[in-house]
Amino acid sequence: MAHSGIDVLTMGSNFWRLLGGLWITIRIALVASIIGILLGSLLGILRTLPNRPLRVVLRLYLEFFRIVPTVVLLFLFYYILPKQFNLNLPANQVATLVFALWVAAEMSDIVRGALQSVSTHQREAGQAIGLNYWQLQRYVLIPQAWPLCLPATVNLLTRVVKTTSLLMLISVMDVINIGQQIIEANNKTDPNGVFWIYGIIFLFYFLINYPLSRWAKHLTQHQLEATHL
Amino acid sequence: MSTPLLTVSHLEKSYQKTHILHDISFDLDAGEVLTLLGPSGSGKSTLLRCLNGLEAFQAGTLTFAGEVITQKAKQWQQLRQQIGMVFQSYDLFPNRTVLENILLGPLKVQKRSRETVLPEVEKLLQQVGMRDYRDAYPRQLSGGQKQRIAIVRALALKPRLMLFDEVTASLDPEMVRDVLTIIRQLADTHQMTMLVVTHEMDFAQQISDQVLFLADGRIQEQTPGPQFFKRPQTSRAQNFLASMDF
Ligand SMILES: Nc1ncnc2c1ncn2[C@@H]1O[C@H](COP(=O)(O)OP(=O)(O)OP(=O)(O)O)[C@@H](O)[C@H]1O
Ligand SMILES: [Mg+2]
Repeated sequence: MAHSGIDVLTMGSNFWRLLGGLWITIRIALVASIIGILLGSLLGILRTLPNRPLRVVLRLYLEFFRIVPTVVLLFLFYYILPKQFNLNLPANQVATLVFALWVAAEMSDIVRGALQSVSTHQREAGQAIGLNYWQLQRYVLIPQAWPLCLPATVNLLTRVVKTTSLLMLISVMDVINIGQQIIEANNKTDPNGVFWIYGIIFLFYFLINYPLSRWAKHLTQHQLEATHL
Repeated sequence: MSTPLLTVSHLEKSYQKTHILHDISFDLDAGEVLTLLGPSGSGKSTLLRCLNGLEAFQAGTLTFAGEVITQKAKQWQQLRQQIGMVFQSYDLFPNRTVLENILLGPLKVQKRSRETVLPEVEKLLQQVGMRDYRDAYPRQLSGGQKQRIAIVRALALKPRLMLFDEVTASLDPEMVRDVLTIIRQLADTHQMTMLVVTHEMDFAQQISDQVLFLADGRIQEQTPGPQFFKRPQTSRAQNFLASMDF
């Protein structure tokens, strides 16, 4: 039988192993995003304080994670942390940590921008009824800022999912790494398997990211309409 | 004679290098209505904002109800419950209903219970003719309706002094009268102490116990209301009234 290579997927537990890899990818992206969004929101609020040294430090943090490529960050944390600080974390956790810090940095900028775009009139109206700093944040600024954050945040999530493809570089057993292993194991018998494996990986990523990016588009559209009322 | 509710003495205000207010001094007695008049850019809004802690001032003292204002954030938060302010642009919180806008201060700042506040708020809404709109969102209201709610929002804190900064300036003419009537009632039937900035000269004449005429950041004259509109003391005020077609 001339085979197309599709049996690479159905052979043994290959498909389930791929799904397992996918789960690891998703779990890292999800946990990092949750931690990053929470931490980043807090940092974003702090960046609107009139405290200059604090603002400078947080700004440097943002720029560091923005300028240094994620690959370099991953290597930095995976190879250098253990050596310099004697801190041995499993690859999964290093990956989650790096992604969470990166998401937090980007998120802090999204939140800061959104908070600052709420008009000073709103801020002053809140102050005029006696709200203190945190009440003003909680009842006036955050509720108005967070719809502004949503599209950018969802966009950030799609970037996080895409960037997880780098995880194999620090030997996380993510979907791509597992796919690679399957391809190598079947290279002799199934030279065409590579297409199927990467095909299915493509499909996985597409299924996750397409809805996200549609959602981001929808949110942006929605916002444009709302501001043009 | 009792002590004034508000005493401003030798107040100086500048933004960076530009000096905006020079040596501002006046008293405001409880129950009195003081109107602040003056050409555009003379510093009326700036003065009002200083009296509510939205702007810091560099010199001089403010005394409210016998207490010297030290300009600390904490103290302003306390004082703002007693000094209400309404702005030209209403600035209702768009994400909250009319009722939620009004209740925010009494419930969260003053920590009063909903049961005690609600009847008061309903009465206020009734007085400004907005009882049926308590669950509406600001975007569903006209400018005049929004401004009436903004006034109720300030009054719900039971302030002892109200600051009004051109509250009818962005309203359509037919809505101006309703809002002005509400402010006049507040003065007549509730003896609310008020500092009012307005460009409506008829209204100013009807409501003013005292007029403070400001130009170039200085008080040019302080004159009892009826007298100011008949015979202002300074030629600048005369010219100003003439320019307002008065
Ligand atoms: N944030 C600011 N920074 C610098 N200068 C300011 C600021 N706000 C106001 N000014 C200046 O202060 C002066 C007084 O402004 P203010 O708004 O108090 O005038 P006003 O009497 O309320 O005028 P209007 O009748 O047009 O409302 C103006 O020259 C204005 O340019
Ligand atoms: Mg003004």
